[in-house]
Amino acid sequence: MRANCWYGKTSVSVEEVPDPQILNQRDAIVKISSTAICGSDLHLYNGFIPTMQRGDILGHEFMGEVVEVGREVTNLKVGDRVVVPFPIACGKCFFCKEQMFSLCENSNPNAWMAEKMFGHAASGIFGYSHLTGGFAGGQAEYARVPFADVGPIKVPDYLSDEQVLFLSDIFPTGYMGAEMCDIKPGDTIAIWGCGPVGQFSIRSAFLLGAERVIAIDQVPERLRMAEQGGAETINYEEQNVYEALMDKTGGRGPDACIDDVGMEAHGPAAIFAYDRIKQAMMLETDRPHALREAIMCCRNGGVISIIGVYGGFIDKFPIGSVMQRSLTIKTGQAHVQRYMRPLLQMIENGDIDPTFVVTHRMPLDEAPRAFDMFKNKEDNCIKVVLKPDWDGTNGSAKDDSYTVVH
Amino acid sequence: MATNEETGRFGLGERSSIYDRPSRSQGANYSVERARPGLPSTSTKRLAQGLGWFSIGLGLAELLAPRAIASISGVSNKHTGLIRLYGLREIGAGITIFAQKKPTEGVWSRVVGDALDLTSLGIAATDPEAKLGRVAFATANVLAVTALDVMCAMQLSNGSNHGIHAKGTCVVNLPPEEVYRFWRDFQNLPRFMRHLEAVHDMGEGRSHWKAKGPAGMEVEWHATIIADVPGEVITWRSLKGSDVDNAGAVRFERAPGGRGTIVKVNIEYSPIGGVIGATVAKLFGEEPEQQLDDDLRRFKQVMEVGEVVVSDATLLGTGYMEQRPGQPASARELKGAEMLPSETATNYGSEGRYTER
Repeated sequence: MRANCWYGKTSVSVEEVPDPQILNQRDAIVKISSTAICGSDLHLYNGFIPTMQRGDILGHEFMGEVVEVGREVTNLKVGDRVVVPFPIACGKCFFCKEQMFSLCENSNPNAWMAEKMFGHAASGIFGYSHLTGGFAGGQAEYARVPFADVGPIKVPDYLSDEQVLFLSDIFPTGYMGAEMCDIKPGDTIAIWGCGPVGQFSIRSAFLLGAERVIAIDQVPERLRMAEQGGAETINYEEQNVYEALMDKTGGRGPDACIDDVGMEAHGPAAIFAYDRIKQAMMLETDRPHALREAIMCCRNGGVISIIGVYGGFIDKFPIGSVMQRSLTIKTGQAHVQRYMRPLLQMIENGDIDPTFVVTHRMPLDEAPRAFDMFKNKEDNCIKVVLKPDWDGTNGSAKDDSYTVVH
Repeated sequence: MATNEETGRFGLGERSSIYDRPSRSQGANYSVERARPGLPSTSTKRLAQGLGWFSIGLGLAELLAPRAIASISGVSNKHTGLIRLYGLREIGAGITIFAQKKPTEGVWSRVVGDALDLTSLGIAATDPEAKLGRVAFATANVLAVTALDVMCAMQLSNGSNHGIHAKGTCVVNLPPEEVYRFWRDFQNLPRFMRHLEAVHDMGEGRSHWKAKGPAGMEVEWHATIIADVPGEVITWRSLKGSDVDNAGAVRFERAPGGRGTIVKVNIEYSPIGGVIGATVAKLFGEEPEQQLDDDLRRFKQVMEVGEVVVSDATLLGTGYMEQRPGQPASARELKGAEMLPSETATNYGSEGRYTER
């Protein structure tokens, strides 16, 4: 089969590799119909995540048709159309029973690597370095899905691929970011980062009862998409974020702040340069500008929700502000399995149509160009969906009979 | 962690559980000392301390009263400078012995010092001013102490060069009785212990173990169960004539709040030395604790999900050097994979054991 493989910093290539096979009894093989590039794939692409190996297949947002199941998968059968969650979870361990699927104790065979870096290991993840298990990813024609009896959910045929694809990651992730804010009616939520996850956080915050959402970014088309979602926006290149937020909230600050940015934050030139240099010198691994700002802006007693991906160490962390002002920090990789069914229900109800986020559809073979475009935000690129069974000619992309224009 | 440190050393943790409860196997007279080849016995330690005090006493005498020492030893007075230096050496050796938790180097430095003393006495005997009778008496004394030093140093060294001990722990989301039952059937162990090839239960607490090493080498041993308290503890030890002398203990503790079982494993290997010993030591890897941790992770997987979980990258093993790319393996590669679940899965989890609790 063909698959998008990582070969080094900013180097990916679609190669011919062996087809996946059932290795464990609870595996399924899925023929992929749609797969997306995630913002967190850029952390791999830009070389910020250790333990990558040449030839690793990328991709953790995918869906398709079940073509083979292991002996112990009884809830799925060949032909089922499923969306696959990005964390791999066994469903049997303490954390799975507690619905904390991204902390599964049994799904990461390379747990020892993660233990060295983080003290304890989290779950395995598709296509996301050896630290998270070394599982082949979903930017391919086929994928092996472990614990297929726990993760994938069947989706109804009348919903298009792009309506349900993002249940694999960015919708539940954005939603969990908003859910962690403990939103009460009347709340004002500030969101750093208007990438795909940020966009879903904006909409989820409203779904959860927020009165105002203020979104912060610098990319015009992303800010535009945020406004379409109902958010007020702050362009940090034009305005001082702290002053603008205080202005909007009468000096009190937003009730909760979501960091939808993570380890590769951009910010005003001087601070960005400070963190970028430290990162390059390996003095810190992550650039926490957005997080620092979110903490300083949040109202007393508010919540900081970190859903953007961090992988290592930061400095100049304003712990004094957190402690003195009774802030609560909540964070974690999304426990996707927990959210898939309720969010699918919302899509079915028409509460939200996730297709709004898609700006580009490309054949799988064009993955290298797609990564480059996404990284450099060319052509107003916000979210790319790759189609393994489409050669790029018009009208052949399956399941997309509707029109999406932004 | 304090308790872990205390019970971590092989055997110590088992002492209470074994002695407090009636053992149901024939091995009631389980000796902790015997199963801990890598640790110095109390008598060896006491001897080392005695030698340490002797070093300091003699050293002070040599330093402060070199003339008296020269006179007793029948050596010419002109050597007092050298005697003072030897005194410093003795004090140094004494301090080293008391500074070390396991004073192997300290006692060996005494052996070197003894050799130096004997050589010096030999040279002194050729001096026309020497009183040969006294020199002979002093030499006899030094020889006696040397014998003690060598004996003590060898006892301290024995095991420390070859003995490997590892401890590991994990939590399994099942009750202790069930976890115990699985482990007690030793034939299950090769399903998650990577270096074990087969364990054959011969009945009456005896078992035959086969493990594979690098270069296709095979080692075998017979083991006997020493303590066996269902749902709580199993300890075992290899029998005479084993390729590799070893002992192990596994304890099962009910985790608080009904959250399964805390499993604590201690394993100790003391290869019989020589070529086999060295090879066997390698067999258990440079990081035996890492090895044990990996084994326990697989144990947990087998218990909780029914088989060892593999990813594309870990088909050949989970070590850093064994990682292959995160992409599907070819049929040929799959054939060579070591821990393919098809071999480890006996569908432990498929028999309705994992009902919601």
